[in-house]
Amino acid sequence: MALKLADFKTDVHNDWCPGCGDFGIVNALQMALAEMGIERDKATIFSGIGCSGKTSHFINTYGVHTLHGRVLTFAQGGKLANPDMTVVAVGGDGDGLGIGAGHFVAAGRRNIDMTYIIFDNGVYGLTKGQASPTLKLGEQTKSLPSPNTNSNVNPIGLAVASGFTFVARGYSYDVRHLKDLIIKAVKHKGLSFLDVLQPCPTYNDVNTRDWYAGVDLAKESMERHSRIYKLEDTKFDPTVNYAGEVEVNEKLSQALVKSLEWGDKIPIGVFYQNELVSPFSTRLTDKIPNYLENPPAKQVISDAGLPNTDISKILDSLKV
Amino acid sequence: MNTDFTWLIGGPQGSGVESGANIFSKVCSQMGYQVFGKREFYSNIKGEHSYFTVRISDEKIHSNVNDVNLMVSFDAETIFRHFDEISSDGGIIYDSELENIDTDKVRTLDKPFKDRLHKLLESKNKPFTIAGVLELAKENGVKIFPVSFKKLLETLSEEVENPRLRGLVRMYNVIGVSLSLGLIKMPSDSLVNSIDEIFSKKPQIAEINQQAASFSYNYASKNFENFNHVLSGIEKQSDTILVQGHFGCSLGKMVCGCRFQSYYPITPASDESVYLESNEILEIENGRPGSTIVVQTEDEISAIGMMIGSALTGTRSSTSTSGPGFALMTEALGWAGINEVAVVITLYQRSGPSTGLPTRHGQDDLLFTVFAGCGDFPKIVYASGDIEESFYDTGNCFNYADKYQVPVIHMMDKFLSSSVVTCKKFNPKKISIDRGKLLDKVEGEYKRFELTDDGISPRAKLGMDNGVFWNTGDESDEYGHITEDPQVRISMMDKRMSRLDLALETIPENEQAVPFEIHDYTIISWGSTKGPILDAQAMLKKEGIDIGFVQIKLLHPFPTEYVKSLLKDAKVLIDIEANHSGQLGKIFKQNITREIDYHILKYTGRGMTSTELYDSLKRIVENKASKREILSHGA
Repeated sequence: MALKLADFKTDVHNDWCPGCGDFGIVNALQMALAEMGIERDKATIFSGIGCSGKTSHFINTYGVHTLHGRVLTFAQGGKLANPDMTVVAVGGDGDGLGIGAGHFVAAGRRNIDMTYIIFDNGVYGLTKGQASPTLKLGEQTKSLPSPNTNSNVNPIGLAVASGFTFVARGYSYDVRHLKDLIIKAVKHKGLSFLDVLQPCPTYNDVNTRDWYAGVDLAKESMERHSRIYKLEDTKFDPTVNYAGEVEVNEKLSQALVKSLEWGDKIPIGVFYQNELVSPFSTRLTDKIPNYLENPPAKQVISDAGLPNTDISKILDSLKV
Repeated sequence: MNTDFTWLIGGPQGSGVESGANIFSKVCSQMGYQVFGKREFYSNIKGEHSYFTVRISDEKIHSNVNDVNLMVSFDAETIFRHFDEISSDGGIIYDSELENIDTDKVRTLDKPFKDRLHKLLESKNKPFTIAGVLELAKENGVKIFPVSFKKLLETLSEEVENPRLRGLVRMYNVIGVSLSLGLIKMPSDSLVNSIDEIFSKKPQIAEINQQAASFSYNYASKNFENFNHVLSGIEKQSDTILVQGHFGCSLGKMVCGCRFQSYYPITPASDESVYLESNEILEIENGRPGSTIVVQTEDEISAIGMMIGSALTGTRSSTSTSGPGFALMTEALGWAGINEVAVVITLYQRSGPSTGLPTRHGQDDLLFTVFAGCGDFPKIVYASGDIEESFYDTGNCFNYADKYQVPVIHMMDKFLSSSVVTCKKFNPKKISIDRGKLLDKVEGEYKRFELTDDGISPRAKLGMDNGVFWNTGDESDEYGHITEDPQVRISMMDKRMSRLDLALETIPENEQAVPFEIHDYTIISWGSTKGPILDAQAMLKKEGIDIGFVQIKLLHPFPTEYVKSLLKDAKVLIDIEANHSGQLGKIFKQNITREIDYHILKYTGRGMTSTELYDSLKRIVENKASKREILSHGA
């Protein structure tokens, strides 16, 4: 029986603010799961803490709502032990790029085959709107007593520099485009990262839905000028096709340069993709040949209540 | 006890003190002796003083003693620091080239030590040199065996016509060991074999070391005379193994089916993880090979997060750490508690607070561990007393985790981790595997946190058919979805916390606490103090002084009723621990509402010896002790 969008919805009451950008992301994720036909019990959504952390409760797959900043650690452990599962980790920008930034960088180095989606809204919503790591220097959102005194983290640039092998950005009000990006990210062999621009209607009164739509620009030119444009509509080619150093460096640099574009024009779409980097599972099978057929979660460890592991060779080597 | 002999080797870190001691321990154990060895070292890679004390006996021993019977040294610092530990019937083998070195030439001698040494030498009218301290030792009856390590190598190099041997300083350790074995007349066949084994991956190095070993051994047999100790070997006991400190837990983990271990490097815990990775492919009876996935993470927070993620898939999962790393893990520990995740954290304590004495021993983390994490949640804290025990305890800890669906903290320490001992060969078939209510399949509607009569819900695993569930660090309903309902909160809290009572009711008493006789004077203690206590107890018994001892292994939930019943006839209670505040004593008082009469405490970072415990216990029995006996032996 084909899976429907409704199969991936739970009846948990969604208490996000009306108009919240998070709704678009959850819808896109549910649509993507349905479209890919991933069975409910073969996927796990791991989530961090904050508004976005509740995501796992709204999706009818296995859901693990973890700790602030630590979502990637739980997700990687789960995927390593049971590599047959589809794993998607989600969390806010404060969660992933503030308190969890160390894990973000380390995850890139491992390149475990899973997807990480950051709900990027520039504020800590659930604690009433403090500045988050992606808010620009000098910007003053509603709750800030004074303009932001920190520079922002560049999520795309950091992901590219850390070794993520699929790096993309979506916009939460372009649900279909986001759904397609999620499918690409999940299907990518390696660690994929999606930075999703997601207006917080309650606390971020700078980067609003209207701002992204370019309503302010429209006043000047008498027509709407959306700030958002799609990379795939340009000649931008994010994919590494050969493992050569020159091409890799070129694709990495253009992704970094593109990620710095902000203001009147904001690109979304795939910035970088390289499937020639070995996923972590390959690095494991190089030393443990049957890792994928017999991963930790599938191993039989006992026989009638007694251990079946034979350590007699080791014990013999210790005998005096 | 016919043989009770202690040997000490010292030298700068990186000079092969440890491999020297390993060769010595191997040879002695192969000659049938029981071995108890312990390594002391600075937080340093090269140059600071490290030493290894190996005690050997014809009977089972559990600790070091104060007196050293033979010391071998190829550097000056070892002599300055240890000359006064040599017994009056003992000896010192040393490099005669060092005689004129004075304390100022040894840059690694720190000022407080130097001041104490100078004061002593001044009072005895001796110069501040190696010759000076050796004179003092001689006056105390110690025999001195000088030998020029340099000339020894020169002669050897001529004899075997290998000029490369001249000045090969890194063979000083093997020379020292071989001189020692020659002096005590230990048969030399096992010496060559042991060197072979230790350098098995480097045959060329093995060969020159064997040459140096035979040569030095013969040199000592020929030239050294009149030493009181001769150890010619005894009958070997079958099924004896020589193990290092972490072997109990690492082999225990392999056997009991731990298939995922995440860790961040920290002394003295990392050896276990490195060993697990070195043996990552596992032989399985009648099955395809298994494996342990060992992941070195970016920090301890990630280590515990990954472990929990893995455990949610039904995999037996673990991490190993020490105090500072465990401190970082406490938030996630609470998450494992509220989500009823079965995990085992092996906690090799060292001496804190903060970085403290990072390579030294301590049992300072008991209170912290029992109370670790914010909020009320159930956990089990369990402590092993020696390496052999830790093998079987590892199996028990994983069973507790699975049966009660709680995080278990298995406490070890630096005393255990840097010991090398002989013990009875581990028997894997004495470990059972009980996964509790872990499900093989799910039928019908599934609720991960279903309220049940015994407070334990059937447990599905991430990725299994029809088992979809949710976890959250928030309070949750039976499905695992967030709730703030006051009535659900009561039922969930009560359900989780009921595991503590269930654990006390169902964990067998002999796993909770172990009585080693009960007398008027009875010791309570936990962890690695067990060894020195057992030996001190035996020493006193020989003099007709009976002291009881209760080793408490289950530290949380505290086995109040059982311990109370064990101690009902004890009149004077003595708490022995390697920390400042007597942390077990505090837990004991809180649960049993009975006063501790004496504390014997040590917090120098060095392990307790049975000698110093014997002294303090005797003072207690003779009513000459202070309420807090503070021990300080050891350089």
